[in-house]
Amino acid sequence: MILLWLIVILLVGGLLAWAGGRWSASTSRWISLIAVSADFVIGLMIWVRSAGRLGLLQRQIWLRELDWSWIPQFGIHFHLALDGLSLLLLMLTFLLGIMSVLASWSEIQEAVGFFHFNLLWVLAGIVGVFLAMDLFLFYFAWELMLVPMYFLIAIWGHERRRYAAVKFFLFTQLSGLLMLIAILALYFAHHTATGIFTFEYADLLGTPLSPHAALWIMLGFFVAFAVKLPMFPLHTWLPDAHTEAPTAGSVVLAGLLLKTGAYGMLRFVMPLFPAAAEAFAPIAMVLAAIGILYGAILAFAQTDLKRLVAYTSVSHLGFVLLGIFAWNKLALQGALITIICHGVSTGALFILVGALQERLHTRELSRMSGLWETVPRLSGVGLFLALASMGLPGLGDFIGEFMILLGVYQKSRILTAVAAVGILASTFYALKFVHYAFHGPNQHHWAVPDLGAREAIVFIPLIAILLWLGLYPQPLFNTFKPAMETLQRYAGQTMHALRRQR
Amino acid sequence: MNTADTLALLPFLLIAATSVFVMLAIAMWRQHWLSLGMTLVGMAAAFGSLWLVAPLAPRRVTSLLILDQYAVFYIGLIIAATFAISILCYGYLQRHSETREELYVLLLVATLGSMVLVASSHFVSFFLGLEILSVALYTLSAYLHARSRSLEAGIKYLILAGSSSAFLLFGMSLLYAQLGTMDLFRLATLLPDAQNSLMVLGGLAFIVTGIGFKLGVVPFHLWTPDVYEGAPAPVTAFLATVSKGAIFALLLRYFYSSGAQRLRPVFLLFAIIAIASMLIGNLLALLQNNIKRILAYSSIAHMGYLLVAFEAGGATASEAIAFYLVAYFITTVGAFGVVTVLSAGERDADTLEDYAGLFWRRPMLASIFTLMLLSLAGIPVTAGFFAKFSVVAAGASAGIWGLILILVISSVIGLFYYLRVVVTMFARIREEAPRAEPHAMGGSYVLVALTILLLWLGVYPVFFLNVIRMVAPM
Repeated sequence: MILLWLIVILLVGGLLAWAGGRWSASTSRWISLIAVSADFVIGLMIWVRSAGRLGLLQRQIWLRELDWSWIPQFGIHFHLALDGLSLLLLMLTFLLGIMSVLASWSEIQEAVGFFHFNLLWVLAGIVGVFLAMDLFLFYFAWELMLVPMYFLIAIWGHERRRYAAVKFFLFTQLSGLLMLIAILALYFAHHTATGIFTFEYADLLGTPLSPHAALWIMLGFFVAFAVKLPMFPLHTWLPDAHTEAPTAGSVVLAGLLLKTGAYGMLRFVMPLFPAAAEAFAPIAMVLAAIGILYGAILAFAQTDLKRLVAYTSVSHLGFVLLGIFAWNKLALQGALITIICHGVSTGALFILVGALQERLHTRELSRMSGLWETVPRLSGVGLFLALASMGLPGLGDFIGEFMILLGVYQKSRILTAVAAVGILASTFYALKFVHYAFHGPNQHHWAVPDLGAREAIVFIPLIAILLWLGLYPQPLFNTFKPAMETLQRYAGQTMHALRRQR
Repeated sequence: MNTADTLALLPFLLIAATSVFVMLAIAMWRQHWLSLGMTLVGMAAAFGSLWLVAPLAPRRVTSLLILDQYAVFYIGLIIAATFAISILCYGYLQRHSETREELYVLLLVATLGSMVLVASSHFVSFFLGLEILSVALYTLSAYLHARSRSLEAGIKYLILAGSSSAFLLFGMSLLYAQLGTMDLFRLATLLPDAQNSLMVLGGLAFIVTGIGFKLGVVPFHLWTPDVYEGAPAPVTAFLATVSKGAIFALLLRYFYSSGAQRLRPVFLLFAIIAIASMLIGNLLALLQNNIKRILAYSSIAHMGYLLVAFEAGGATASEAIAFYLVAYFITTVGAFGVVTVLSAGERDADTLEDYAGLFWRRPMLASIFTLMLLSLAGIPVTAGFFAKFSVVAAGASAGIWGLILILVISSVIGLFYYLRVVVTMFARIREEAPRAEPHAMGGSYVLVALTILLLWLGVYPVFFLNVIRMVAPM
């Protein structure tokens, strides 16, 4: 039941925020802040309470579960369930949700109520994606999060917002519809085999499929998630969407929407189609490695700060994809840490860029320089985040990428070497960013206010989390471990069922 | 004819009687609200009488009509849609026309024709229903005769309907010449033995052509955008929903009952039509700047989607089609309802410019229109999503993957122009002078009701699916 509340609070909060926007702008800001914070607190409570039980979860898979019949004619259930993986991603969602509301506090001045409505509904869709255990519900939530995101970009975005919004929508819709076909194909395949119509995740595991059919169905899912992730060469919507979106939009896109792709790979692609995924893994891993290098090199070539950060996402998420398809314990744990840390560090970077843009009215690196002189605290934050992004030991991103490399090494040494070069390349763009923006003489004679109290509230927790994950990531591993083992067991069972069938 | 037969015909009798009474009332006391009121009461009574008819179903009344669950369902849908459209007409006519009252007579006659179509089980009633509908529709399209566009639409529709009737009649006569019957159920028994006869296939091809014209599917679609654009907005709503829906229901009944849909050449013919409609409808819509024309091309594409479900065959398909038609009715009446409500003065609000920044002036109306467009695009929470889902599911269960893939690709193309309208509504523009936009009058209630239905069907369609499950063509 509490899982439903997580979604309902956001949906109702969104409606109230819209209505409150007529009253005054700050009403809707406060309503949204309270709604997301309430969800954060609930999530935290679930986490703390379950911390002791996590080890005992061998038999009982879900920490919390809710299963209602929704559309019985099609065998569709309203089935929400929470395990360690979902829990961690939910915590990230709520954390970044709070930060997005705070980051938009002074940036958004037009149609404030409608903005917060859209923001909260995107978050609700994302929560739905992370909780849905019925494939129809999953697809429903998957599509639902697009529309408000589209509005966030199209209405409050920057110069080329219409183009970026439409491109984003079309890419994700087309890939989403391919996933729908794949879901239906699986649904009917399951019916043919067992005579039961169901979209239930647990039931569809181990559906007997011919290798040929499994490959095609797997690809339907894979494309949808790879577009979101984004995997090279399906990433071209990302730089546009990230650059043109308002700060909160960029944070949600980079921090959360991309993670739904990674989540989908972990939750659905690998356990449902282990054999097909294994066969496809070399291709996926090569594309991931290309993405790592390609993203890093393109990031280095950008002069628009937001575009630079956007391309770093392509690079970092390449690591995640690499880790997922390596499919061993080390790589998976690394992928999870990278997912979380990338969410936090990139989210923070986008907020930083947003703060700079609000002050300077430009995102061009060439128009900055010597900002340390006028905004020392903001510049310090920038330096820290840049170091986190390039994977400095002691900060979260390092742990994740290091573990992925360890895991991938067992599969392919060449790809490990290529990916390691990617880490090196990340140093270039991170240092370029710091060097051009903050160091040197203040050529353009900027004199703008430094980090304010509200912004400090945003950055300090994010920095603290990056440090925490860099120094002591064990709590995350503890939460994730049972979920990861379950996923691996599912994949193993499906594989076993397939073998026996042959 | 006995009592039970008369009872079974009650909806038809009520609608016919209402049209006569409204006509007499106009002759004696010309009052706009009175005509509307009588029309609404008549339709409500006819709708209510369906509960008397339903227990009798299935009942064959003469060899012309069959009142089964299928017919009752579609008659209900037709009457409900016309009810909503009549209310939309009221506010529209108040602003646009001097002669207002006669429109309701025509609307009732057209409704009667559509009802005959969905209950038809004989070529004679097929043709009769079609002509009753068409004759009323020519006049309705040209109703605002002071506008040249409206006249043009009327004449275009007249010529089109005339030629399509000719095709249809020729096709029917070929079938009759070969099989010696015009009764649907006799046809169904005779058809399997005669399926390789050239006369039969030729006759079927001509019938498909005639129906294709009425549905406005590619390559018989050329009239659609012009008539949609020229006809008064609420009439366009009627044309797009009731008229096309009734003919689709008829198509389904005739081709499923007779087994013609399973014939290889017929299947191929419809597959080509479906693919062409989906692709060409959506691609041509990209080039339009006129809302009514955009919706016209979008309706061509939607007929293509429906044909995909039609091709799937079987009970799943007819359920998917019933759901899709309901969703399509709600959405299309809603979309044209918004156009109707916004239309003031000499012309309809049909250019994209009319909608620029609408959200910031009329947030309610713009939100409703956005939902309608998203439903046409098949985005979740709206009825259109579940409708598209069930069509794709029907196709997947029949394994026609090629058609589904084209459906998916073309519906992504479709997103472009729906989003274009949405983006226009949300654009921030500086207004020099406040625009003269009329109040919605009764129309806003209709729009709100349609929106609620749209969301209900999109989120929790269980009740509706149960109703639809009982409905299958015999």
